[in-house]
Amino acid sequence: MGELETKYKKGAEFPGQVMPAGNGGNILVTKIDELINWSRANSLWPLTFATSCCAIEMMATGASKHDWSRFGTEVARASARQADLIIIAGTIVNKMAPVLKRLYDQMAEPKYVIAMGACAISGGPFYYNSYSVVKGADHVIPVDVYVPGCPPRPEALLHGIMQLQEKIKKSKPILRRGAIEKFEEGF
Amino acid sequence: MEQNVIMNPDGTQEYFVNMGPQHPSTHGVLRLVLTLDGEIIEKVEPHLGYIHRSIEKMCEKDNYRQIIHLTDRMDYLSAHMNNHAVCLAIENGLDVEVPERAVVIRVIMDELTRISSHTLWWGVMGMDLGAITSFLYGFRDHEHITEIFEETCGARLTMNYNVPGGVMFDLHPNFVEKTKAFIADFKKKLPEYDTLLSNNVIFLERTKGVGILTKEMAVSYGVTGPAGRASGFSCDVRKHEPYSAYPNVDFNEILYTEGDTFHRYKARIDEMWESIKIIEQLIDVIPEGDFQAKTRNVIKLPKGEFYQKVETARGELGVFIVSDGKMNPYRMKFRSPGFSNLSALDEMARGGKIADLVATMSTLDLVVPDIDR
Amino acid sequence: MTNEEFITIIRNWFPDVEIPEEDSQFLNVFVPKEKILEVAQKLRNDEVTKLDYMFNLTCVDWPEHFQMIYHLKSSEHGHMLVLKVKLENKENPEIETLCHLYRTAELHEREVYDLFGIKFINHPDLRRLLLEDDWIGHPLRKDYVDEINIVSL
Repeated sequence: MGELETKYKKGAEFPGQVMPAGNGGNILVTKIDELINWSRANSLWPLTFATSCCAIEMMATGASKHDWSRFGTEVARASARQADLIIIAGTIVNKMAPVLKRLYDQMAEPKYVIAMGACAISGGPFYYNSYSVVKGADHVIPVDVYVPGCPPRPEALLHGIMQLQEKIKKSKPILRRGAIEKFEEGF
Repeated sequence: MEQNVIMNPDGTQEYFVNMGPQHPSTHGVLRLVLTLDGEIIEKVEPHLGYIHRSIEKMCEKDNYRQIIHLTDRMDYLSAHMNNHAVCLAIENGLDVEVPERAVVIRVIMDELTRISSHTLWWGVMGMDLGAITSFLYGFRDHEHITEIFEETCGARLTMNYNVPGGVMFDLHPNFVEKTKAFIADFKKKLPEYDTLLSNNVIFLERTKGVGILTKEMAVSYGVTGPAGRASGFSCDVRKHEPYSAYPNVDFNEILYTEGDTFHRYKARIDEMWESIKIIEQLIDVIPEGDFQAKTRNVIKLPKGEFYQKVETARGELGVFIVSDGKMNPYRMKFRSPGFSNLSALDEMARGGKIADLVATMSTLDLVVPDIDR
Repeated sequence: MTNEEFITIIRNWFPDVEIPEEDSQFLNVFVPKEKILEVAQKLRNDEVTKLDYMFNLTCVDWPEHFQMIYHLKSSEHGHMLVLKVKLENKENPEIETLCHLYRTAELHEREVYDLFGIKFINHPDLRRLLLEDDWIGHPLRKDYVDEINIVSL
């Protein structure tokens, strides 16, 4: 019986394990986390990356009828180094996949990805019998939110952006420092 | 490109710049490799294939009703006209008579699609040259038309409303009055849009005399649509080989002879006026009757070749079906207007600067999935 | 100009082309492979026919041969014609290029080379257009097999 097992047997009577709140978890850090998350979620600036038909619905979301700048995405940057969100609108093809990976690598942390439309989720209508379509953008880069539709309505894309904002608000940027190395101390 | 600069033996330099697949003004994933001398362009070489989705190969395994749903993703801004072309080719092969009501409905939808494509083009053209306001105005009218489509066809962009034999559903009861309200409103707005850009000094400086395409070049490169007609090449399919209800409506073909960017812009604005004229002639006289002719569930075309030409917002789209009697076509080829329009870009852009290239490309109105298919 | 007038004129100039009697949409003219450049040049430059606008260039893969199809139209007179060429050699198909007569043929022929593998002699820049430069095979041929990419239904 190693050191690990004796340590964890301590809380064994209670159903589920109680980990002491180590690694600096206190009220100050959680408030700072909330502030950081709030500021990140409410100012996501997307990269203008659009390959095919979903591009028109993305532009319509940016136009005046359904306006995405109410949600904080004020400007769409053209350069990947100044953006923090990439909305993959359209089909990804074998020839385009290295370009997408290079753009994702050029973005600075923290960065988020929304896969918009059936083609970016899984290849869409081009899944069967096609020799050049990548069957889903998540074969190339990790995706946070999937927005289904062919093409999805602008309201659906806004719902996707709101879901991403919820996801960001639940993350713990400071509290989770050393999530792997300091795991034994509890979090 | 491994090398960005090439030194010539006589002391001059050639410099390669990549206007890459991800660029805000290439309207899609088009990669252009420019050879520059200072800022003057010497050669433009397009690299395609970044959205090649192998639609022609997929058509060989699908049956005819399934192909129609793929075609509206090719040139998605004239989705209705792509479907119309395939349905006409199939109906010619089967010798099916389309009822009058469906014919008129198809033409009205076509012209509304043309107006929505041109307003979106106008909005994006202003944005390319730096006037962000026109983007919002152009999209406002595009949204009015997509609302009308959404009530009748069910979808905003990829409508999939035509079937071989007619249209899929009957018109919504509100369609006629909404269309009339839209036309009355648009007739007041279009002169405003025209004066916003056409009388602006910066716009005129950037577009007059830029990107000239002569008539012989237009015929040889196969440039059709408003871009070809602005050079004097009379190629409107609705006049030369009329199909559907076009023999019975009265409209003009817009022709200019100068062939520069400003006249390509003017040609599209005038085409919007002609489309309004066509809709006004047809909206009050939609005949009663069936909206779909009876066809079999499984369509098999007889052996042979069928070609159908249609005038889309970008030019002449050709659908070529080679059939050997089975449920799937043996070979399906789409002659896309953007492919030929793009091949003339090299000649038009030589000798100008990069900003002129952006202005020229925006009046060619390229939609890249149409080029790569 | 009607189809009958076309047939008489073409038979006068080139006695060895075939014009089958069939009821098709356009007039089909079957030209032997060696003469395609000559026929196209004459049809384009002569004042009576003046077929100067090529609106389609494609290829069909039949079991025994390839067939090249050229759709031509005259911008002044308005009549249309289809030229067809049969390429018997399926291992190494080759044909003369028409891009010095019709500039639109440059990109169309590159696309046919990419997807079918037909070589065009004297083309200024024959390389792949739509697929990557190191792609192996020509996808639109009927015997193209790709286990990795194609998911068949």
